[in-house]
Amino acid sequence: MIDLAADLVQQALAAGATGAECILSEGEEFSANVRMRELESLKEAGSRGAGLRVVKGKRSGSAYTSDFSVEGIRRLVASAVEMAGMTTEDPHAGLPDPDELGALDGDLKLFRGDVADLDTPRKIELTRETEIAALDFDPRIANSEGASFDTHLGHHVFANSHGFAGEYRTSYCSLSAVPIAKEGDSMERDYWYSMARGLEGLEPPAEIGRIAARRALRRLGARKVDTQKAPVVFEPRAARDLLGDLFEAVHGEAIYRQASFLAGKLGQRVASEKLTIIDDGTIPSLFGTSPFDDEGVPTRRTVVIENGVLRSYLLNTYTARKLGMKTTGNASRGITGNAGIGHNNFYIAQGDKSPEEILRPIRNGFYVTEMMGFGVNTVTGDFSVGANGLWIRDGELAFPVSEVTIAGNLNQMLMNVEAVGTDLEFRGSTAAPTLCMGEMTIGGK
Amino acid sequence: MPLSDSFFGSRLAITGRDLERYLAEALSRGGDYADLYFEYIATSSISMDDAIVKSATQGVSLGVGVRVLAGERTGYAYSDDLSPERIVKAARVAACIAAGPSQVEKTPLREGDKHNLYPVLTAATETAFSDRVEMVKRADRCARAYDPRVFQVQASFVDNLRHVLIATSDGILNYDRQPMARMSVRVLARQEGSPPQSGHAGGGGRVGLEFFLEEKTPEHFATESARQAIVQLDAIDAPAGEMTVVLGPGWPGILLHEAVGHGLEADFNRKGTSAFSGRIGQQVASPLCTVVDDGTIRSRRGSLNMDDEGVPTQRNVLIENGILRGYLQDRLSSRILRSGQTGSGRRESYAHIPMPRMTNTFMLAGESDPSEVVRSVPRGLYCKSFGGGQVDITNGNFVFTASESYLIEDGHLTRPVRNATLIGNGPETLRFVSMVGHDLELDEGMGICGKEGQSVAVGVGLPTIKIDRITVGGTA
Repeated sequence: MIDLAADLVQQALAAGATGAECILSEGEEFSANVRMRELESLKEAGSRGAGLRVVKGKRSGSAYTSDFSVEGIRRLVASAVEMAGMTTEDPHAGLPDPDELGALDGDLKLFRGDVADLDTPRKIELTRETEIAALDFDPRIANSEGASFDTHLGHHVFANSHGFAGEYRTSYCSLSAVPIAKEGDSMERDYWYSMARGLEGLEPPAEIGRIAARRALRRLGARKVDTQKAPVVFEPRAARDLLGDLFEAVHGEAIYRQASFLAGKLGQRVASEKLTIIDDGTIPSLFGTSPFDDEGVPTRRTVVIENGVLRSYLLNTYTARKLGMKTTGNASRGITGNAGIGHNNFYIAQGDKSPEEILRPIRNGFYVTEMMGFGVNTVTGDFSVGANGLWIRDGELAFPVSEVTIAGNLNQMLMNVEAVGTDLEFRGSTAAPTLCMGEMTIGGK
Repeated sequence: MPLSDSFFGSRLAITGRDLERYLAEALSRGGDYADLYFEYIATSSISMDDAIVKSATQGVSLGVGVRVLAGERTGYAYSDDLSPERIVKAARVAACIAAGPSQVEKTPLREGDKHNLYPVLTAATETAFSDRVEMVKRADRCARAYDPRVFQVQASFVDNLRHVLIATSDGILNYDRQPMARMSVRVLARQEGSPPQSGHAGGGGRVGLEFFLEEKTPEHFATESARQAIVQLDAIDAPAGEMTVVLGPGWPGILLHEAVGHGLEADFNRKGTSAFSGRIGQQVASPLCTVVDDGTIRSRRGSLNMDDEGVPTQRNVLIENGILRGYLQDRLSSRILRSGQTGSGRRESYAHIPMPRMTNTFMLAGESDPSEVVRSVPRGLYCKSFGGGQVDITNGNFVFTASESYLIEDGHLTRPVRNATLIGNGPETLRFVSMVGHDLELDEGMGICGKEGQSVAVGVGLPTIKIDRITVGGTA
């Protein structure tokens, strides 16, 4: 594979490109679903793709294919070169500088062979155990959308015309359950999951099923509260979703377009000093880790917000040049198109209060467990989303709440962070502890 | 069209004997149904940013998905290599779901029925690339000229041409050529003393390039996008709490997609996991509401000559005068529920298992004059355009985000307000519809619907409607 990538780069140069980079990706996926104790579906397949980006002077173009035949490869090269002829000259286009290229040393623990070795009957058994634990947890768990076991094995190869060639393998497995609780007219679902690079990293199936069941049960009988202003606490799973919005706001493309409420605020205080946000692609075995980004630049640890002060944006080579800065090793792409920007392990640093300590002083507030919709505008910071969770009364979780909205502005919300929890854990490439956001507007009755 | 003349017969030399062999392999370990979905898709995209053509990409993806059904179980495998050995291997993997002798009688393949809803001679993907580059340049120029406060414009043109072949163990062989094109314009505007605001417009459908030259031009989308951004510069905080909301015609039909559409997909209902489960024949909306899902509208983004299981699409009545009438079926659900097919089995690609999905979902026109609808509201919100939405089909709660809306005061639109999310409950909210306008419009063709990780193109539509009570998530 790595020879094919290098060869594609050479073919592009021979066809008239002045620079080229090639990404090859191979993957094998497996998925088993069990519903109401019976096997519902099995899916298994492998696929591969090639993406080629070429630079001709100051123009760039790209092409991709899943057709690895001689004719398919010939068309890929011709097509990428043709596309470069369609674009406009751009002084910032081009590959990273040679001295920026490289890969992290050492074993990042991204691949565990046991995922590939596990046989299908055992995978189905694990899935079944997960769902049964949820179904048997309480008689009110009357239905289920099932449980699933998913695995993915990947092989990533990257080469460019500055002589960089690198590859790495990844493995992934996950177990999840989606039980449905029912009581009277109320029907609610929730989910829980565990994911890891290898099987030994997964939480026990019975534990996943039970947590999912408990989460669905505590939503039963949810009601709408009155419209009011009140403090809002995000549980880790919901706080994590806020990170997705903050990522959009420090994304290099949004910054150079002035399309972010954080554009132009480097070095300024943008959040409560309790808040520190980090992007780190170097932590072994985590899902946002890789030896190099999708332009062949080594990943690194970037402090984005440090005790409330904005320290860095997340950049690839192109956006760094536009801004007169250096890439942060956040280039990310699939097979198609140019490199965009992705986060590595993007997380809110752990704070100093347990979740109980955060809730204790709140007499009347909203503990958000899930947000719904796309109501966050990272250009203006305007924030308005659907939410459900539990009402906080005198420091305790009192009753479930749904069909309400929470609204504010991210500028103010970040400044208002009153407490950060100690309960940080990674389930995927973003992670956050419990977060107390101060007062927001809750839209209800 | 004989198989030998079809795309897959002529370009990839696939024969009827090959297809029968793969299907037999898929059913070699038992099972009661199998199908093959061959797909070849050529895609291009061009985008303009900073007033230069910044990226141009084209690509090709091809593959085949093999599915075996055994009772309620599904086995699925796919291959992006169309050599007979690889397809046979995929068929054997999919076959593993079934156990026991095959129950299926061998049925010879015959060509199935389908519509001819998008007889586009030359797909956008087949035109000269430079013609499409001209489209984004025109949009960029027009948006920048709209107002000096516009300072950023991103314009893109994305198109694809998909060829599919479907062969089923019950003897159906069907092909389709599915063109798609979409233009999108995103604008940022600013003025002294306030943060930048954005506008977004886009559209297209199963159309050729001439659609963008004659019907909806680059200037149309550019003007609409710039207008939205400029309007937002003067927006005030949105109100919070329950109030009367009037939805304008067209794209606000996303309400129906979220509030009722997903909840009526048959997979959720056969499993009893939807808030609409077991409610056929019950009143779930005001008698003014009739909601249909229609995959047969010419050239629309959500339309298909046949669904992704080879079944011709049709017009399905979901809610008739407020009464719940039917669900959207795929083959698996219609077999289990023993109900008729609705042509709603869709999938993102050959790598995905089909499931019941919407096509073009809209409410039929009523009798009210749209201006009367607004005049009848002493205080409320008028929503003209929306961003995305989402639904929890189990409890029925749904949200959608208003990207352009205005306060209604004493029956008149007054100030524009900032983005706000609206939240309601599927089986309840449509009961509060008290007026339906005569001005049904379909959206301009930019909808993408996501379900269980699969994205498909959809359309929505709505006349002006008045909802007496829904929660608005503002801050004021």
